[in-house]
Amino acid sequence: MLSFIARRLLIAIPTVLIISFFVFSLQFLLPGDPVLAMAGEERDPETLDRLREQYGFNDPFLVQYFNWLTDALRGDLGQSLRMNQPVTALIVEKLPVTFQLAVMALIFAMAIGIPMGILSAVRKGSWLDYVANFVALSGLSIPNFWLGILLILLVSVNLGWLPASGYRPFSVDPWLSIQTMIMPAFVLGTALAAALMRHTRSAMLQVLRSDYVRTARAKGLREKVVILKHALRNALVPVVTVSALLFGELLAGAVLTEQIFTIPGFGKLVVDAVFSRDYAVVQGIVLVTSVAFILMNLLADTAYMILNPRMRDGA
Amino acid sequence: MKLKQTAALSALLAAMAGAGHAQELRIGLQDDADALDPDQSRTFVGRIVYTALCDKLIDITPDLEFIPQLATDWSWNDDETELTMQLREDVVFHDGTPFDAEAVVYNIDRSLNLPESRRSSEIASVEGAEVVDEHAVVITVSQTDATLLAQLADRAGMMISPAAAEEQGTDFGSNPVCSGPFSFVERVQQDRIELERFDDYWNGDDIHLDTVVFLPIPDTSVRLANLRSGDLDMIERLAATDFQTASNDDALRVEDVVALGYQGITMNVGNGERAEGPFGQETALRQALHLAIDREALNQVAFDGAFAPGNQPFPPDSPFYDDRFPVPERDPERARELLEEAGHGDGVTLEVQMANNPVQTQVMEIIQAMAAEVGIDVSLRATEFATMLDQQAAGNFEGSQVGWSGRVDPDGNIHQFLHCEGGLNDGGWCHERTDELLDGARTTNDVDARKDMYDEAREIFDAEQPIIYLYHPSWIWAMDAAIEGFVPNPDGMIRLEGVRYAAE
Repeated sequence: MLSFIARRLLIAIPTVLIISFFVFSLQFLLPGDPVLAMAGEERDPETLDRLREQYGFNDPFLVQYFNWLTDALRGDLGQSLRMNQPVTALIVEKLPVTFQLAVMALIFAMAIGIPMGILSAVRKGSWLDYVANFVALSGLSIPNFWLGILLILLVSVNLGWLPASGYRPFSVDPWLSIQTMIMPAFVLGTALAAALMRHTRSAMLQVLRSDYVRTARAKGLREKVVILKHALRNALVPVVTVSALLFGELLAGAVLTEQIFTIPGFGKLVVDAVFSRDYAVVQGIVLVTSVAFILMNLLADTAYMILNPRMRDGA
Repeated sequence: MKLKQTAALSALLAAMAGAGHAQELRIGLQDDADALDPDQSRTFVGRIVYTALCDKLIDITPDLEFIPQLATDWSWNDDETELTMQLREDVVFHDGTPFDAEAVVYNIDRSLNLPESRRSSEIASVEGAEVVDEHAVVITVSQTDATLLAQLADRAGMMISPAAAEEQGTDFGSNPVCSGPFSFVERVQQDRIELERFDDYWNGDDIHLDTVVFLPIPDTSVRLANLRSGDLDMIERLAATDFQTASNDDALRVEDVVALGYQGITMNVGNGERAEGPFGQETALRQALHLAIDREALNQVAFDGAFAPGNQPFPPDSPFYDDRFPVPERDPERARELLEEAGHGDGVTLEVQMANNPVQTQVMEIIQAMAAEVGIDVSLRATEFATMLDQQAAGNFEGSQVGWSGRVDPDGNIHQFLHCEGGLNDGGWCHERTDELLDGARTTNDVDARKDMYDEAREIFDAEQPIIYLYHPSWIWAMDAAIEGFVPNPDGMIRLEGVRYAAE
């Protein structure tokens, strides 16, 4: 088990390096001069030259990459051009926000998706199955930004139940913090719930057809016990994997949702950074999220092994 | 429901005002500000925050007249190379450092010499500042600079605490210390900037709010929804298309004023190969496009009439507007004739790039339709903004729909765009006489003489159309109807003197 984790971590190192190189080169393909974007309306030639010099944009590509990488290894991801703050500090500031949103969204997704998946598998072909499928499909196809604005108009403007947007840190005011996150987490959660529902459904269908479930029924166990205790435990294995991967995606920031609800998380940071060509921020965030993604992958694999003893030998 | 809410809110507000409770104003901004260092920052919303946080030497009235703020009086010497300023004597910075002549000298020096300063080019004519006595300074310029007062009425004239600046260096923006009516409390990037009332403010009697919170909310509909739900008290830049609905809402008050800026189409007449096309070379074609546009219709369709049609770098109510060239009526016959005479009777094509947002796209689509009617086939290229600036600087465009946020001094709206050496002259316009005129208007403080020079230049620009001006956006603010005392200013700033919740 431990050697498995260690081996996976070792493999992760070149992966992160390749990603970092890829991201670093990608943004040189982005049209638009960062210095022009930075200078804003004051784009006289002297200012531009000074900015180029100051941020090392005159160095050759590989030199710039090498400088960035060596700094990054020391935990220094550079300085945000736009906000004049260390990128590391920005990330540390945003990470809890995005983490909270991701956790809450995943809770919504699981609470909606898994029961719906079970129900539609158990009652396959019934009206319940069709309703569940319809709900899942709607969750997947309704655009986040549209659902978000509708919710704001309904819940905040008309009913006045929840704050329309904004963010409060959990540490400062836990209740308000949860209140402000309910709508965005729900919006994000509905989309993910669809994926979870479909996975739960197909896994359950497969398991329900297997021999041991027939045996369990033959033993005369009550249907509830058969489904929840015998079938579900096995069916959940792929669902856990999918959840972990979805969580990894959530950590990369939910761009549109954060924009609509004005949540100062990764998504908003990275979008603003791309538009203002704030390279250091883009690089830093992509690096951190790819590391997070790799870790979530590893976590999923580990969870898989815990849940499914048969996997352990081949590891 | 709404009525009930409003009633509840009013009752609550009345109770708050009556009981002398804290008055908080939450303002929704369209963007997040950058670093809060007046010498380093560049965003428009940053300037809105400074209006509450940092006092300037000079302020501007809604009629664009200069009035005292930290400086009580100022005068030029005879050859207009020395500006002597008398300073208020009762001012302290938020950290308790007294504001005096030394502080002004420090600030001017920092704006000029801090390597990261974005202000150095704005006050490039300044050679230095010296202390006259404790409350008077003299600023020396290398030659007459008509724009200096306007610059000192903006970020270059914002005074920060020298003690705090020394201590924090370029990091000052994370914890700014100025002398404005409100002092800095905290900031969460992309979430909020919180300020609180500064008790030792020299003009404290006019300040009725206890805290001000700025919240960046980029989406216009969401910003309005937040105002309606009571999560915000005031928003800036209400969408023109929401102007009517918001005005009809009794719970809201809407204020607007035509801004200092403009939107137009910059024509590539001399920047690289793409200036060689028919529209870059033939004045008559640019004239024809200019005459093909119905600016009033454009304003009605795209902005519900909330903006102001325009044909010059200054809005029609500006003292520098040349009345001899009013916003033209659309004249498709004349436009077609011009095309005919230029040998393009069977049509001519033009490519125009614009920012890839719905508003600018719609503007250009309307113009595209108007131009098509006279025989100009306009193709549109929607481009992400930073890329567009890049293309523009590189001369990779025939026409570019772009705007300018506007400056108090007319020079700021014209010189850098239409002077041969202008830093933002992306169209490559270069003309000996207009250069003389624009330089001349920059180097005299005689307002009438300046106006004459701008007028003469307008004759040339109107004939040549290197920039086809389209309209002047308005600043539109919406706020809780219980807020009173807000005065709209064409500079788009939110001045909080006198702003308060009405006591019922």
